[in-house]
Amino acid sequence: MSLKREIGFLLNGVETRATVPVDMSALAMLRDVLGLTGTKYACGEGECGACTVLVDGVSVCSCLQFAVDCEGRTVSTIEGVSREPLGAKLEQAFVDCGAVQCGFCTPGMVMQAKHFLEAHPHPTRDEIKRGIEGNLCRCTGYVKIVDAIEAASRGDR
Amino acid sequence: MTVEHYWAPTTLPDALDHLRGGDVTILAGGTDLMPQSHAGRVTLKRGLLNVRRVPELHRVERAEGAVRIGALCTITELMRDPLVREHFGLLADACDHFASDQLRNAATIGGNVCNASPAGDTLVPLLALDAEVELASKPDGRVETRRVPLADFFTGPGRTARAPDELLCAIRLPLPPPGFVGRFFKFGTRPALDISAISIAIGGVRSGRALTHVRVAYGAVAPVPLRARRTEAALEGAPLDAAAIDRVAATARDEVRPIDDVRASAWYRKELVFNMTRRILGDVAQA
Repeated sequence: MSLKREIGFLLNGVETRATVPVDMSALAMLRDVLGLTGTKYACGEGECGACTVLVDGVSVCSCLQFAVDCEGRTVSTIEGVSREPLGAKLEQAFVDCGAVQCGFCTPGMVMQAKHFLEAHPHPTRDEIKRGIEGNLCRCTGYVKIVDAIEAASRGDR
Repeated sequence: MTVEHYWAPTTLPDALDHLRGGDVTILAGGTDLMPQSHAGRVTLKRGLLNVRRVPELHRVERAEGAVRIGALCTITELMRDPLVREHFGLLADACDHFASDQLRNAATIGGNVCNASPAGDTLVPLLALDAEVELASKPDGRVETRRVPLADFFTGPGRTARAPDELLCAIRLPLPPPGFVGRFFKFGTRPALDISAISIAIGGVRSGRALTHVRVAYGAVAPVPLRARRTEAALEGAPLDAAAIDRVAATARDEVRPIDDVRASAWYRKELVFNMTRRILGDVAQA
Protein backbone atom coordinates (compact mmCIF):
# COMPACT_ATOMS: atom_id res chain seq x y z
CA MET A 1 0.00 0.00 0.00
CA SER A 2 1.32 3.37 -0.97
CA LEU A 3 1.57 6.18 1.51
CA LYS A 4 -1.49 8.44 1.35
CA ARG A 5 -1.86 12.16 1.88
CA GLU A 6 -4.89 14.34 2.33
CA ILE A 7 -4.74 17.41 0.10
CA GLY A 8 -6.92 20.47 -0.44
CA PHE A 9 -7.27 22.47 -3.62
CA LEU A 10 -9.74 24.58 -5.58
CA LEU A 11 -11.44 22.35 -8.17
CA ASN A 12 -13.57 24.25 -10.68
CA GLY A 13 -14.02 26.98 -8.10
CA VAL A 14 -15.00 24.64 -5.27
CA GLU A 15 -12.78 23.94 -2.23
CA THR A 16 -12.11 20.23 -2.49
CA ARG A 17 -10.33 17.70 -0.26
CA ALA A 18 -9.10 14.30 -1.30
CA THR A 19 -6.99 11.53 0.18
CA VAL A 20 -4.63 10.16 -2.42
CA PRO A 21 -1.67 7.78 -2.67
CA VAL A 22 1.42 9.95 -3.11
CA ASP A 23 2.29 8.28 -6.40
CA MET A 24 -1.20 8.72 -7.90
CA SER A 25 -1.69 10.91 -10.96
CA ALA A 26 -4.04 13.89 -10.89
CA LEU A 27 -5.98 12.13 -13.66
CA ALA A 28 -6.60 9.06 -11.49
CA MET A 29 -7.61 11.30 -8.61
CA LEU A 30 -10.11 13.20 -10.75
CA ARG A 31 -11.66 10.10 -12.28
CA ASP A 32 -11.38 7.43 -9.60
CA VAL A 33 -11.35 9.36 -6.32
CA LEU A 34 -13.54 12.36 -7.17
CA GLY A 35 -15.72 10.79 -9.87
CA LEU A 36 -15.12 13.49 -12.49
CA THR A 37 -14.83 11.35 -15.61
CA GLY A 38 -14.93 14.16 -18.18
CA THR A 39 -11.12 14.20 -18.23
CA LYS A 40 -10.07 11.21 -20.32
CA TYR A 41 -7.38 8.60 -19.88
CA ALA A 42 -5.82 7.56 -23.17
CA CYS A 43 -2.06 7.18 -23.55
CA GLY A 44 -1.09 7.78 -19.93
CA GLU A 45 2.28 9.23 -20.91
CA GLY A 46 1.70 12.78 -22.12
CA GLU A 47 1.61 12.01 -25.83
CA CYS A 48 -2.07 12.57 -26.63
CA GLY A 49 -3.48 15.45 -24.55
CA ALA A 50 -6.83 13.73 -23.83
CA CYS A 51 -6.28 14.31 -20.10
CA THR A 52 -5.49 18.05 -20.38
CA VAL A 53 -6.57 20.14 -17.40
CA LEU A 54 -5.52 23.60 -16.23
CA VAL A 55 -3.46 23.84 -13.06
CA ASP A 56 -3.05 27.41 -11.82
CA GLY A 57 -4.42 28.47 -15.20
CA VAL A 58 -1.82 26.58 -17.23
CA SER A 59 -2.54 23.51 -19.34
CA VAL A 60 -0.87 20.27 -18.30
CA CYS A 61 -1.38 16.56 -18.91
CA SER A 62 -3.11 15.37 -15.75
CA CYS A 63 -1.71 11.87 -16.35
CA LEU A 64 1.79 13.26 -15.68
CA GLN A 65 0.85 15.49 -12.78
CA PHE A 66 1.28 14.04 -9.29
CA ALA A 67 -2.06 14.39 -7.47
CA VAL A 68 -0.32 15.39 -4.21
CA ASP A 69 1.24 18.30 -6.05
CA CYS A 70 -2.24 19.79 -6.58
CA GLU A 71 -2.14 20.77 -2.89
CA GLY A 72 -3.10 24.43 -2.51
CA ARG A 73 -3.50 24.98 -6.25
CA THR A 74 -6.32 25.73 -8.65
CA VAL A 75 -7.46 22.93 -10.95
CA SER A 76 -9.92 23.44 -13.81
CA THR A 77 -11.46 20.55 -15.71
CA ILE A 78 -13.94 20.20 -18.55
CA GLU A 79 -16.77 19.89 -16.00
CA GLY A 80 -16.25 23.54 -15.00
CA VAL A 81 -15.40 24.98 -18.40
CA SER A 82 -18.76 26.57 -19.18
CA ARG A 83 -18.68 28.63 -15.97
CA GLU A 84 -16.38 31.11 -17.69
CA PRO A 85 -17.29 33.12 -20.81
CA LEU A 86 -14.39 31.84 -22.95
CA GLY A 87 -15.05 28.24 -21.93
CA ALA A 88 -18.75 28.58 -22.69
CA LYS A 89 -17.95 30.13 -26.07
CA LEU A 90 -15.56 27.31 -26.94
CA GLU A 91 -18.06 24.66 -25.91
CA GLN A 92 -20.73 26.20 -28.13
CA ALA A 93 -18.26 26.64 -31.01
CA PHE A 94 -17.34 22.92 -30.87
CA VAL A 95 -21.06 22.10 -31.08
CA ASP A 96 -21.80 24.60 -33.86
CA CYS A 97 -18.81 23.53 -35.98
CA GLY A 98 -19.45 19.80 -35.48
CA ALA A 99 -15.93 19.54 -34.09
CA VAL A 100 -16.75 16.26 -32.36
CA GLN A 101 -16.63 12.79 -33.89
CA CYS A 102 -16.18 10.07 -31.27
CA GLY A 103 -15.70 12.81 -28.67
CA PHE A 104 -12.92 11.19 -26.71
CA CYS A 105 -10.33 13.90 -27.43
CA THR A 106 -12.86 16.72 -27.06
CA PRO A 107 -12.46 17.56 -23.34
CA GLY A 108 -8.69 17.78 -23.73
CA MET A 109 -9.02 19.80 -26.93
CA VAL A 110 -11.39 22.28 -25.29
CA MET A 111 -9.17 22.72 -22.23
CA GLN A 112 -6.04 23.19 -24.34
CA ALA A 113 -7.89 25.58 -26.66
CA LYS A 114 -9.01 27.61 -23.66
CA HIS A 115 -5.47 27.94 -22.37
CA PHE A 116 -4.23 28.73 -25.87
CA LEU A 117 -6.84 31.42 -26.57
CA GLU A 118 -6.20 33.09 -23.22
CA ALA A 119 -2.62 33.72 -24.37
CA HIS A 120 -3.43 34.21 -28.09
CA PRO A 121 -6.84 35.88 -28.40
CA HIS A 122 -6.56 36.43 -32.17
CA PRO A 123 -4.64 33.49 -33.61
CA THR A 124 -4.07 32.46 -37.21
CA ARG A 125 -5.03 28.91 -38.21
CA ASP A 126 -1.36 27.93 -38.18
CA GLU A 127 -0.99 29.26 -34.65
CA ILE A 128 -4.06 27.27 -33.61
CA LYS A 129 -2.54 24.10 -35.08
CA ARG A 130 0.66 24.75 -33.19
CA GLY A 131 -1.36 25.43 -30.03
CA ILE A 132 -3.03 22.01 -30.12
CA GLU A 133 0.06 20.10 -31.27
CA GLY A 134 -0.04 18.11 -28.04
CA ASN A 135 -3.61 16.87 -28.62
CA LEU A 136 -4.35 13.92 -30.86
CA CYS A 137 -7.72 13.20 -32.50
CA ARG A 138 -7.75 9.60 -33.66
CA CYS A 139 -10.82 10.31 -35.81
CA THR A 140 -8.51 12.87 -37.50
CA GLY A 141 -11.24 15.52 -37.33
CA TYR A 142 -8.76 18.33 -37.03
CA VAL A 143 -10.22 20.71 -39.61
CA LYS A 144 -13.45 21.21 -37.70
CA ILE A 145 -11.60 21.44 -34.40
CA VAL A 146 -9.44 24.24 -35.81
CA ASP A 147 -12.63 25.80 -37.24
CA ALA A 148 -14.22 25.74 -33.78
CA ILE A 149 -11.24 27.32 -32.05
CA GLU A 150 -11.06 29.96 -34.76
CA ALA A 151 -14.81 30.64 -34.42
CA ALA A 152 -14.51 30.97 -30.65
CA SER A 153 -11.66 33.42 -31.08
CA ARG A 154 -13.80 35.54 -33.40
CA GLY A 155 -16.79 35.30 -31.12
CA ASP A 156 -18.92 33.71 -33.90
CA ARG A 157 -22.06 31.99 -32.88
CA MET B 1 9.70 -0.62 -2.44
CA THR B 2 6.76 1.55 -1.54
CA VAL B 3 7.02 5.20 -0.68
CA GLU B 4 7.09 5.72 3.09
CA HIS B 5 7.68 9.48 3.29
CA TYR B 6 6.47 12.43 1.29
CA TRP B 7 7.81 15.92 1.81
CA ALA B 8 7.02 19.22 0.11
CA PRO B 9 9.41 21.68 1.79
CA THR B 10 9.32 25.40 1.13
CA THR B 11 12.97 26.28 1.73
CA LEU B 12 16.20 24.98 0.23
CA PRO B 13 17.81 24.02 3.58
CA ASP B 14 14.71 21.97 4.48
CA ALA B 15 14.79 20.23 1.10
CA LEU B 16 18.48 19.39 1.56
CA ASP B 17 17.81 17.99 5.05
CA HIS B 18 15.44 15.45 3.57
CA LEU B 19 18.03 14.43 0.98
CA ARG B 20 20.71 13.77 3.58
CA GLY B 21 19.78 10.17 4.24
CA GLY B 22 19.73 9.31 0.53
CA ASP B 23 17.09 6.84 -0.70
CA VAL B 24 14.96 9.74 -1.92
CA THR B 25 13.33 10.40 -5.29
CA ILE B 26 13.21 14.06 -6.28
CA LEU B 27 9.99 15.30 -7.87
CA ALA B 28 9.91 18.53 -9.87
CA GLY B 29 7.64 18.73 -12.94
CA GLY B 30 6.95 15.00 -12.84
CA THR B 31 6.52 14.68 -16.61
CA ASP B 32 9.16 11.99 -16.81
CA LEU B 33 8.98 10.56 -13.30
CA MET B 34 5.28 9.76 -13.52
CA PRO B 35 5.28 7.67 -16.73
CA GLN B 36 8.65 6.06 -15.93
CA SER B 37 7.54 5.01 -12.46
CA HIS B 38 4.14 3.79 -13.62
CA ALA B 39 5.79 1.73 -16.35
CA GLY B 40 8.18 0.25 -13.80
CA ARG B 41 11.28 1.66 -15.49
CA VAL B 42 12.01 3.78 -12.42
CA THR B 43 11.32 2.57 -8.89
CA LEU B 44 10.30 5.28 -6.46
CA LYS B 45 12.55 5.29 -3.42
CA ARG B 46 11.55 5.31 0.24
CA GLY B 47 11.20 9.09 0.34
CA LEU B 48 9.49 11.26 -2.27
CA LEU B 49 10.73 14.86 -2.14
CA ASN B 50 8.61 17.40 -3.97
CA VAL B 51 10.87 20.43 -4.45
CA ARG B 52 8.37 22.45 -6.44
CA ARG B 53 7.49 24.73 -3.53
CA VAL B 54 11.01 26.06 -2.96
CA PRO B 55 10.86 29.60 -4.39
CA GLU B 56 14.63 30.14 -4.62
CA LEU B 57 14.83 27.36 -7.19
CA HIS B 58 12.47 29.20 -9.46
CA ARG B 59 14.28 32.39 -10.51
CA VAL B 60 16.20 33.59 -13.52
CA GLU B 61 18.76 36.19 -12.45
CA ARG B 62 21.92 37.95 -13.60
CA ALA B 63 25.02 36.69 -11.86
CA GLU B 64 28.51 38.02 -12.48
CA GLY B 65 29.13 37.58 -16.21
CA ALA B 66 26.45 34.92 -16.32
CA VAL B 67 22.76 34.19 -16.04
CA ARG B 68 21.63 31.81 -13.33
CA ILE B 69 18.54 29.80 -14.23
CA GLY B 70 16.73 28.19 -11.32
CA ALA B 71 16.25 24.45 -11.74
CA LEU B 72 12.48 24.72 -11.43
CA CYS B 73 11.99 27.07 -14.37
CA THR B 74 9.65 25.40 -16.81
CA ILE B 75 10.42 25.16 -20.50
CA THR B 76 7.59 27.63 -21.21
CA GLU B 77 9.04 30.12 -18.73
CA LEU B 78 12.49 29.87 -20.33
CA MET B 79 11.06 30.32 -23.81
CA ARG B 80 9.49 33.60 -22.72
CA ASP B 81 12.19 34.86 -20.37
CA PRO B 82 13.68 38.17 -21.61
CA LEU B 83 17.22 37.35 -20.40
CA VAL B 84 17.14 33.94 -22.09
CA ARG B 85 15.78 35.37 -25.32
CA GLU B 86 18.31 38.17 -25.36
CA HIS B 87 21.46 36.16 -24.65
CA PHE B 88 20.72 32.51 -25.26
CA GLY B 89 18.69 32.24 -28.45
CA LEU B 90 19.99 28.69 -28.92
CA LEU B 91 18.28 27.62 -25.71
CA ALA B 92 15.06 29.49 -26.48
CA ASP B 93 14.99 27.74 -29.90
CA ALA B 94 15.40 24.34 -28.33
CA CYS B 95 12.62 25.10 -25.83
CA ASP B 96 10.37 25.93 -28.77
CA HIS B 97 11.03 22.43 -30.17
CA PHE B 98 10.35 20.73 -26.84
CA ALA B 99 7.43 18.25 -26.72
CA SER B 100 4.09 20.11 -26.60
CA ASP B 101 2.55 23.05 -24.76
CA GLN B 102 1.21 20.85 -21.95
CA LEU B 103 4.66 19.34 -21.34
CA ARG B 104 6.54 22.63 -21.69
CA ASN B 105 4.19 24.06 -19.04
CA ALA B 106 5.17 21.42 -16.50
CA ALA B 107 8.64 20.12 -17.38
CA THR B 108 11.57 21.87 -15.68
CA ILE B 109 15.06 22.59 -16.96
CA GLY B 110 16.54 20.95 -13.85
CA GLY B 111 14.53 17.81 -14.54
CA ASN B 112 15.61 17.71 -18.17
CA VAL B 113 19.27 17.99 -17.09
CA CYS B 114 19.02 15.43 -14.26
CA ASN B 115 17.24 12.90 -16.48
CA ALA B 116 20.41 12.98 -18.58
CA SER B 117 18.78 11.51 -21.65
CA PRO B 118 21.23 11.55 -24.58
CA ALA B 119 18.30 13.05 -26.54
CA GLY B 120 17.24 15.67 -23.95
CA ASP B 121 16.20 18.73 -25.94
CA THR B 122 17.74 21.45 -23.77
CA LEU B 123 21.00 19.62 -23.12
CA VAL B 124 22.59 20.15 -26.50
CA PRO B 125 22.20 23.96 -26.50
CA LEU B 126 23.20 24.10 -22.82
CA LEU B 127 26.42 22.25 -23.68
CA ALA B 128 27.10 24.63 -26.54
CA LEU B 129 26.49 27.55 -24.18
CA ASP B 130 29.18 26.30 -21.75
CA ALA B 131 26.64 25.68 -18.99
CA GLU B 132 27.62 24.74 -15.47
CA VAL B 133 25.30 23.10 -12.96
CA GLU B 134 25.09 24.21 -9.36
CA LEU B 135 24.66 21.37 -6.86
CA ALA B 136 23.73 21.97 -3.22
CA SER B 137 23.94 19.66 -0.24
CA LYS B 138 23.92 20.01 3.53
CA PRO B 139 26.45 17.50 4.86
CA ASP B 140 27.19 19.10 8.27
CA GLY B 141 24.19 21.29 8.87
CA ARG B 142 25.42 23.98 6.48
CA VAL B 143 24.40 24.43 2.88
CA GLU B 144 27.33 23.79 0.56
CA THR B 145 27.32 24.24 -3.18
CA ARG B 146 29.66 23.12 -5.92
CA ARG B 147 29.71 23.82 -9.62
CA VAL B 148 30.27 21.23 -12.30
CA PRO B 149 30.65 21.95 -16.02
CA LEU B 150 27.69 20.36 -17.77
CA ALA B 151 30.07 18.50 -20.09
CA ASP B 152 31.41 16.63 -17.02
CA PHE B 153 28.01 16.18 -15.37
CA PHE B 154 26.69 13.46 -17.67
CA THR B 155 28.29 10.09 -16.96
CA GLY B 156 26.03 7.79 -19.01
CA PRO B 157 22.47 7.41 -20.27
CA GLY B 158 20.32 8.61 -17.34
CA ARG B 159 23.38 8.93 -15.11
CA THR B 160 24.99 12.06 -13.72
CA ALA B 161 27.68 13.18 -11.29
CA ARG B 162 25.00 14.30 -8.80
CA ALA B 163 25.49 12.62 -5.41
CA PRO B 164 22.35 11.17 -3.74
CA ASP B 165 22.34 13.95 -1.11
CA GLU B 166 22.71 16.73 -3.68
CA LEU B 167 20.06 18.84 -5.33
CA LEU B 168 20.60 20.51 -8.68
CA CYS B 169 19.64 24.10 -7.84
CA ALA B 170 20.51 26.06 -10.93
CA ILE B 171 22.13 26.13 -14.34
CA ARG B 172 24.67 28.90 -14.89
CA LEU B 173 25.19 30.17 -18.39
CA PRO B 174 28.11 32.52 -19.00
CA LEU B 175 27.17 35.44 -21.24
CA PRO B 176 28.42 34.53 -24.71
CA PRO B 177 31.04 36.73 -26.39
CA PRO B 178 29.74 39.76 -28.32
CA GLY B 179 28.47 38.83 -31.78
CA PHE B 180 27.81 35.19 -30.80
CA VAL B 181 25.30 33.49 -33.09
CA GLY B 182 23.85 30.05 -32.58
CA ARG B 183 21.79 27.56 -34.54
CA PHE B 184 19.74 24.70 -33.14
CA PHE B 185 18.42 21.84 -35.23
CA LYS B 186 16.33 18.88 -34.14
CA PHE B 187 15.40 16.03 -36.42
CA GLY B 188 12.34 13.96 -35.59
CA THR B 189 9.48 12.45 -37.54
CA ARG B 190 7.06 15.24 -36.59
CA PRO B 191 7.60 18.66 -35.05
CA ALA B 192 5.68 18.04 -31.82
CA LEU B 193 6.21 15.47 -29.08
CA ASP B 194 9.00 13.63 -30.78
CA ILE B 195 12.22 12.41 -29.29
CA SER B 196 15.15 13.51 -31.41
CA ALA B 197 16.75 11.14 -33.87
CA ILE B 198 19.56 13.67 -33.66
CA SER B 199 19.91 17.27 -32.53
CA ILE B 200 22.63 19.82 -33.19
CA ALA B 201 23.70 23.09 -31.62
CA ILE B 202 26.39 25.15 -33.30
CA GLY B 203 27.53 28.56 -32.10
CA GLY B 204 30.34 30.97 -32.70
CA VAL B 205 31.34 34.53 -33.46
CA ARG B 206 31.44 35.53 -37.09
CA SER B 207 34.87 36.82 -38.04
CA GLY B 208 35.24 37.58 -41.74
CA ARG B 209 34.45 34.33 -43.58
CA ALA B 210 35.10 32.19 -40.53
CA LEU B 211 33.63 31.38 -37.12
CA THR B 212 35.66 31.81 -33.95
CA HIS B 213 34.85 30.90 -30.32
CA VAL B 214 33.20 27.87 -31.86
CA ARG B 215 31.03 25.49 -29.81
CA VAL B 216 29.41 22.39 -31.28
CA ALA B 217 27.22 19.81 -29.52
CA TYR B 218 25.15 16.84 -30.68
CA GLY B 219 22.24 14.98 -29.09
CA ALA B 220 21.17 11.32 -29.43
CA VAL B 221 24.45 10.27 -31.03
CA ALA B 222 26.35 8.94 -28.00
CA PRO B 223 25.67 7.61 -24.47
CA VAL B 224 25.66 11.23 -23.26
CA PRO B 225 24.89 14.54 -24.99
CA LEU B 226 28.15 15.19 -26.79
CA ARG B 227 30.32 18.29 -26.86
CA ALA B 228 32.17 17.74 -30.14
CA ARG B 229 35.67 19.05 -29.47
CA ARG B 230 37.27 17.63 -32.62
CA THR B 231 34.57 19.16 -34.80
CA GLU B 232 35.05 22.46 -32.98
CA ALA B 233 38.80 22.36 -33.69
CA ALA B 234 38.14 21.70 -37.38
CA LEU B 235 35.65 24.57 -37.56
CA GLU B 236 37.52 27.16 -35.46
CA GLY B 237 38.81 29.93 -37.70
CA ALA B 238 38.34 28.00 -40.95
CA PRO B 239 37.00 30.09 -43.86
CA LEU B 240 33.50 28.77 -44.52
CA ASP B 241 33.94 27.65 -48.14
CA ALA B 242 32.46 24.44 -49.53
CA ALA B 243 35.60 22.38 -48.98
CA ALA B 244 36.00 23.48 -45.36
CA ILE B 245 32.33 22.89 -44.62
CA ASP B 246 32.57 19.36 -46.03
CA ARG B 247 35.68 18.70 -43.97
CA VAL B 248 34.02 19.91 -40.75
CA ALA B 249 30.87 17.88 -41.43
CA ALA B 250 32.96 14.77 -42.10
CA THR B 251 34.85 15.31 -38.82
CA ALA B 252 31.50 15.49 -37.04
CA ARG B 253 30.35 12.27 -38.70
CA ASP B 254 33.50 10.53 -37.45
CA GLU B 255 33.28 12.02 -33.98
CA VAL B 256 29.71 10.95 -33.12
CA ARG B 257 29.12 7.43 -31.81
CA PRO B 258 25.43 6.66 -32.35
CA ILE B 259 23.64 3.36 -31.86
CA ASP B 260 20.85 1.63 -33.78
CA ASP B 261 17.55 2.02 -32.02
CA VAL B 262 13.83 2.35 -32.67
CA ARG B 263 14.18 5.95 -33.87
CA ALA B 264 17.04 5.57 -36.34
CA SER B 265 19.98 3.38 -37.30
CA ALA B 266 23.51 4.39 -36.41
CA TRP B 267 24.32 4.77 -40.10
CA TYR B 268 21.35 7.07 -40.66
CA ARG B 269 22.26 9.20 -37.66
CA LYS B 270 25.81 9.62 -38.95
CA GLU B 271 24.49 10.65 -42.36
CA LEU B 272 22.09 13.12 -40.69
CA VAL B 273 24.94 14.59 -38.66
CA PHE B 274 27.00 15.04 -41.84
CA ASN B 275 24.20 16.49 -43.96
CA MET B 276 22.68 18.75 -41.32
CA THR B 277 26.02 20.07 -40.07
CA ARG B 278 26.83 20.90 -43.68
CA ARG B 279 23.47 22.58 -44.19
CA ILE B 280 23.72 24.66 -41.00
CA LEU B 281 27.24 25.82 -41.82
CA GLY B 282 26.16 26.60 -45.38
CA ASP B 283 23.36 28.77 -43.98
CA VAL B 284 25.75 30.50 -41.59
CA ALA B 285 28.16 31.17 -44.49
CA GLN B 286 25.33 32.75 -46.54
CA ALA B 287 23.98 34.83 -43.66
